[in-house]
Amino acid sequence: MIHSVSMLVVLYLFWLLLSGNFGAFLLSAGAGCAAAVVLIARRMDVADHEGHPIHLGLRALLSYWPWLVKEIVKSGWDVSRRILDPRLPVSPTLASFKPSQKTDVGLVIHANSITLTPGTLSVQVAQDGILVHALTREGAAALAGSEMDRRVSRLEDSP
Amino acid sequence: MFAVATVALIVAVGLALVRSALGPSVFDRLLAANKIGTCAMLLLAVMSFRNGRPEFLDLALVYGMLNIIGTIAILKYFRHGDLGDPGDGDREPAQ
Amino acid sequence: MTMLIDAASWACLVAGSFFCVVGGIGLLRMPDFYTRIHAASVTETLGAGLLLLGLLLQAGPTLIAAKLVALGLLVFFASPTAAHALASAAMTRGLAPLLAPREDTPSKP
Repeated sequence: MIHSVSMLVVLYLFWLLLSGNFGAFLLSAGAGCAAAVVLIARRMDVADHEGHPIHLGLRALLSYWPWLVKEIVKSGWDVSRRILDPRLPVSPTLASFKPSQKTDVGLVIHANSITLTPGTLSVQVAQDGILVHALTREGAAALAGSEMDRRVSRLEDSP
Repeated sequence: MFAVATVALIVAVGLALVRSALGPSVFDRLLAANKIGTCAMLLLAVMSFRNGRPEFLDLALVYGMLNIIGTIAILKYFRHGDLGDPGDGDREPAQ
Repeated sequence: MTMLIDAASWACLVAGSFFCVVGGIGLLRMPDFYTRIHAASVTETLGAGLLLLGLLLQAGPTLIAAKLVALGLLVFFASPTAAHALASAAMTRGLAPLLAPREDTPSKP
């Protein structure tokens, strides 16, 4: 139920964002549309903790995202240096490692973070192992038991 | 200063167009198309500021969503050979 | 203060343009499909992020800024999904990645 309510709020904010008009008709039409979408989502059974993970919302926003942005900037700069280097010093490597997350949401966050960081790319994702394509050998070696793995696990364990 | 961003984005679109013409595999072309979509979205956002017309930002949002949905739909077609495939079985992909 | 914000936003715009072009160059220079995804992801994270940040500094606290944030969140959540779908579809169809030899010399394309 809490997921449906938060979904309704998010959808209504999205409506306000797109319309930018605050007349009585448009406000009520937005409420009607948001309610209809939430009803359809409940029928489709997608308004649950997986489709709408609010249980890790604020903590992720405050602790995980800034760290992830820092990592993205660091590795993005590294990849751009390699692209512009005339010798093109890349050593593409496939590596498989076992993530320590227990829930599907944590696994998806981990795999998405790996892909979002330039230089590493998750190719196949399963509970018993993530297959990662890395641009360099060092990038592939740093994956198993990485700080990202620990941080996502801590995020997932938080109440 | 918006002119710099505009020119850079157009150059990036041109480079991606060259890659999509060269190929060699269909996935390279899809990747180039995806990058062109991202650059077009950013170009719309920059142009809305350059011309002082913020309505273009709505177009940029819609373009970004269409870009993602289009890429996923074409990929699903190439992976399963069928757009209506639920994609939950362990079947062999259609060749 | 306005000058300072203007200067920061210009710096972000120029840096974002630079990373967009770098991503395009990488798309052309990289030796195979999987390495090209890495080049494209430079555009989608650093390029798009810095460009949108520069525009955000120009916009100030208005509805336009909220729209720019929504645009950034869309790129932030959706682009890794598309990249992962591309890579896994290519792997399923049997497109073999070009791998570096085992020993410790930097590979040449």
